[in-house]
Amino acid sequence: MCLGAPGQIIEMQGTTAIVDFWGVRRQVALDVVDEAVAVGDFVLVHVGFAIRRIPAEELDETLAYFAAMSEEDLEGWQPPGADRSQGDPL
Amino acid sequence: MNYPPRLEFRNPAQGRALQQRLQRAVDRAGREVTVMHVCGSHEQAMARYGLRSSFPSDLRVLMGPGCPVCVTDAPEIDACIALAAQGLRVLTYGDMLRVPGRALSLADAKAAGARVDVIYAATQATEIAKQSSEPVVFFATGFETTAVATAALLLQNPPENLQVLSAHKWVPAAMEVVAATADSQVEGFLAAGHAAAITGYGLFEPLVQRHQLPVVVAGFEPLDILAGLVELVELAIDKKAQVVNAFPRCVSRDGNPKALRALREVFELGDGQWRGIAEIADGNLKLRPEFAKWDASLTYAETLRSVAELPERPWASDCRCGAILSGQSEPSDCKLFGQECRPEAPVGACMVSSEGACRIWFEHGLDGHHRQRRVGPSPA
Ligand code: SF4
Repeated sequence: MCLGAPGQIIEMQGTTAIVDFWGVRRQVALDVVDEAVAVGDFVLVHVGFAIRRIPAEELDETLAYFAAMSEEDLEGWQPPGADRSQGDPL
Repeated sequence: MNYPPRLEFRNPAQGRALQQRLQRAVDRAGREVTVMHVCGSHEQAMARYGLRSSFPSDLRVLMGPGCPVCVTDAPEIDACIALAAQGLRVLTYGDMLRVPGRALSLADAKAAGARVDVIYAATQATEIAKQSSEPVVFFATGFETTAVATAALLLQNPPENLQVLSAHKWVPAAMEVVAATADSQVEGFLAAGHAAAITGYGLFEPLVQRHQLPVVVAGFEPLDILAGLVELVELAIDKKAQVVNAFPRCVSRDGNPKALRALREVFELGDGQWRGIAEIADGNLKLRPEFAKWDASLTYAETLRSVAELPERPWASDCRCGAILSGQSEPSDCKLFGQECRPEAPVGACMVSSEGACRIWFEHGLDGHHRQRRVGPSPA
């Protein structure tokens, strides 16, 4: 129940939006999202309510953060048991 | 679910580097290091990506009271069942269905003819109430994230036949209890990123000061968790009591003010029993008096008072969920684990929920912090 999922807004009508969770589309309420959102934005959704707009610049910062945290070059490793069917990493 | 590339943080080389950095940090400590996460979704992600088997052998990552299903108390389930038994239509999130009350679960009640329906979004509760002329009881469970949804729903002024039975809980109160436990070995907390998206990481500052323990807010992709653990273990070893936000793409210092306002407007904190743990001061979210007309605990007060003292189920006294959720035991310490208690016949709530430690360990074949156990085909 507390699984939150990021999705992308593909349509908006007043305080509701249609959000695409990579194939699954759901109606999502925008009543408590933290800032103004627009079609194309990523949002974090919990039980039908968007609770956060995920800013694109933060995604870049996250990538930079991981790069800084893992400064060593370690090729060819993959997390044991990682589900490779989830698509290419990054 | 596939995310577009920039939302998936699974770079294997970076993962390995983080894992080695974790190893180095624990080696530097030269002793066992114990930290606790407080989120069922963290446990799920660790199991799904096999992260536990890559942890240093001297690192213990305990699962705290972070699974809302597991900490919902048996009498709270019984209260909901009592309303269903009275003929009322009950709406619940799916993971509450099989949680054992003292006598029955909601699934048992449904099988016996009670009207129990599963919803996945809080908004469905209003829709169903609007289409109905009779009362509809929404069993509102979960932590900050789902409580905000319940609050937003009530602020939309729903029809009065929507009756909310709140069993919502407030995680920071439980972290406080764990931190204050005298024999707690927990040296720091990995806090749940999604709840912190609402509350903000600033909320943890008083706890950090009071107990001199670090708190790191982390997300749910493999790199989020590894990076969060690296930060946490390094802080714990250096005895630095600080809050670090390792999930900046979703969490800010002040959180989501709009969601917090909704939460405060609708709910107040009250003491509440958490299953197997304790009566937790300010651990439950109760509807404020202004929302009394939607408050099932008031509307049906009489029925709820009559929820009798039911005898416990067989085995219940051997269940160690409480000790697991407060960090004193691990699932493998329970003698019922995988024996009398299995997902198809759960004894405790930790085996019911897909976010419960026992269930996750069972399904992913774990029987110690690092070992993999064979239990047939592993689930997707
Ligand atoms: S294995 Fe079952 S009985 Fe044992 S602690 Fe876990 S849920 Fe409780």
